[in-house]
Amino acid sequence: MTVTYEEALQRYEPVFGLETHVELGTTTKLFCGCPAVFGAEPNSRVCPVCLGLPGSLPAANRRAIEYTIKIGLALHCGIASWCRFARKNYFYPDMPKNFQISQYDEPLCTDGYLDVLVGGRTVRVGIERVHLEEDTGKSLHVGGATGRIHGAEYSLVDYNRAGIPLVEIVTKPVPGTGFGAPGVAKAYVTELRDLLRSLGVSDVRMEEGSLRCDVNTSLSVRGSGVWGTRTETKNVNSLRSVERAVRSEIERQAAVLDGGGRVIQETRHFHEDTGVTTSGRSKEEAQDYRYFPEPDLVPVAPPAEWVEEIRASLPELPSARRARLQAQWSLSGLEFEALHNAGAVGVVEETVLAGASPADARKWWLGELARRANDAGVDVSSLPITPQAVARVAALVASGTLNDRLAREVIDGVLDGEGTPDEVVAARGLAVVSDEGALTAAVDEAIAANPGVAARIRDGKTSAAGVLIGAVMKATRGKADAARVKALILERLT
Amino acid sequence: MAITRDEVAHLARLSRIALTDAELDHLAPQLDQIITAVAQVQEVAAEGIPPTSHATGLVNVYRDDEPRPCLTPADALSQAPAVEQQRFRVPRILAEE
Ligand SMILES: [Zn+2]
Repeated sequence: MTVTYEEALQRYEPVFGLETHVELGTTTKLFCGCPAVFGAEPNSRVCPVCLGLPGSLPAANRRAIEYTIKIGLALHCGIASWCRFARKNYFYPDMPKNFQISQYDEPLCTDGYLDVLVGGRTVRVGIERVHLEEDTGKSLHVGGATGRIHGAEYSLVDYNRAGIPLVEIVTKPVPGTGFGAPGVAKAYVTELRDLLRSLGVSDVRMEEGSLRCDVNTSLSVRGSGVWGTRTETKNVNSLRSVERAVRSEIERQAAVLDGGGRVIQETRHFHEDTGVTTSGRSKEEAQDYRYFPEPDLVPVAPPAEWVEEIRASLPELPSARRARLQAQWSLSGLEFEALHNAGAVGVVEETVLAGASPADARKWWLGELARRANDAGVDVSSLPITPQAVARVAALVASGTLNDRLAREVIDGVLDGEGTPDEVVAARGLAVVSDEGALTAAVDEAIAANPGVAARIRDGKTSAAGVLIGAVMKATRGKADAARVKALILERLT
Repeated sequence: MAITRDEVAHLARLSRIALTDAELDHLAPQLDQIITAVAQVQEVAAEGIPPTSHATGLVNVYRDDEPRPCLTPADALSQAPAVEQQRFRVPRILAEE
């Protein structure tokens, strides 16, 4: 049986949680000096340590520890005064040494939160832990139809990625978001991505796999107060997929429960193409990793002074910046969120810094420029026009040199690479007719050519002035200031 | 009993060590004896002293984030049982990564 999302939400309350892995932007790997780079030729960034060759000894990268603490502090976590790495034993060939160095019951950072903006309000997502581990190698599966594991005959492994520092950020379960659960999950990952970028600890390119998510979802029968069995959906590697995966699991689990079945605790796989999850191995047969304290690495005991030094180095965090800008620009939560969702906060801020009013900056970036970006299928911030140019166009409008129609033409010119707004105005001859004599002549001509309309205006029907304004605009090829033209018409006829 | 025959079989499976029934019959009681003997340490372990994981007492031993030379791909792959496309060729992985 199938259950629609709406039906599912009538009977069940979803609870979700996210485990996010992000590769740190250190120069070298976590435990050796191999460069941590994306896209190098296979097995060219490996050494005895990251290949786990006998006799090699790992040494922790100070900057990776620092970045992890930085992330923990930005997420309002407590920083452990003493903790250890742990050895996670397993026999997949994605790690050449048959174990992964991770953290287990002593994470570096615990118990924080991240405030996310969704639907014009703030939802506080609890953070359970932030820990540091090494990334695994990359496998190609050969012989299967689709390059997937199932049906593959053998695998080819590249260990360039093995040992790159990876931070795992685990949320507490997030209940009470109801219908909006998928949107909150997506907003959380978006906010986390922006936060990590602002901290400068990772370039966070989801398409290159430097940020990856596992999504836990469970349902509880409304009013029961009892949380259901959760599933863990792996392979959720885009913002859109996070939202779809939560939604799809809510629908699937509701159908199972409605059909009298029970949800099995298991790992599921998300398929980008169909938007549904399928069963992986169930937790009952999950690996027994036999974690134990990593004997090759001494404990990590960050001195309080170091932690405070890192805290002092934190930049303004996205949530604080949002609150500041929203107040400075006098916007409602929803208005600000529209800017945020359009990815236009940064460009609007720069446009305002370049002298435009917040209202003008918003108008251009959310209006005309958002439309152009949408047509071109790019982010508004990657359009080939600078915030300074937009501010200049706004200034030209404010001073009466351009009207809105001419301003759009100037934007066209700048986007087409014709130069600065002033150069486009000069080259295309776009400035409004500011010569009062020429404008008056055009107005008189329009009145003479439309005696009927002129008579109606004289009779008090000033709304008819539009016809005459249109005629003047046509005569001046759009280069007249409409407000000035209207004033001139009314001066003459009323 | 400190460890059962089934537990030994389970650990062997996790460690990818193939044991015959005869070997299990032989090894399980021996391991049980060894663990029982080592467990005597527990009896003298004093209250309030955490288990030792590192003997040196050192903390915060780090390296700077400076690149060091890598192996060449040829050297890195020289001990691999099988190589294809400059990658380690391994038997198919049964579970998802
Ligand atoms: Zn290495």
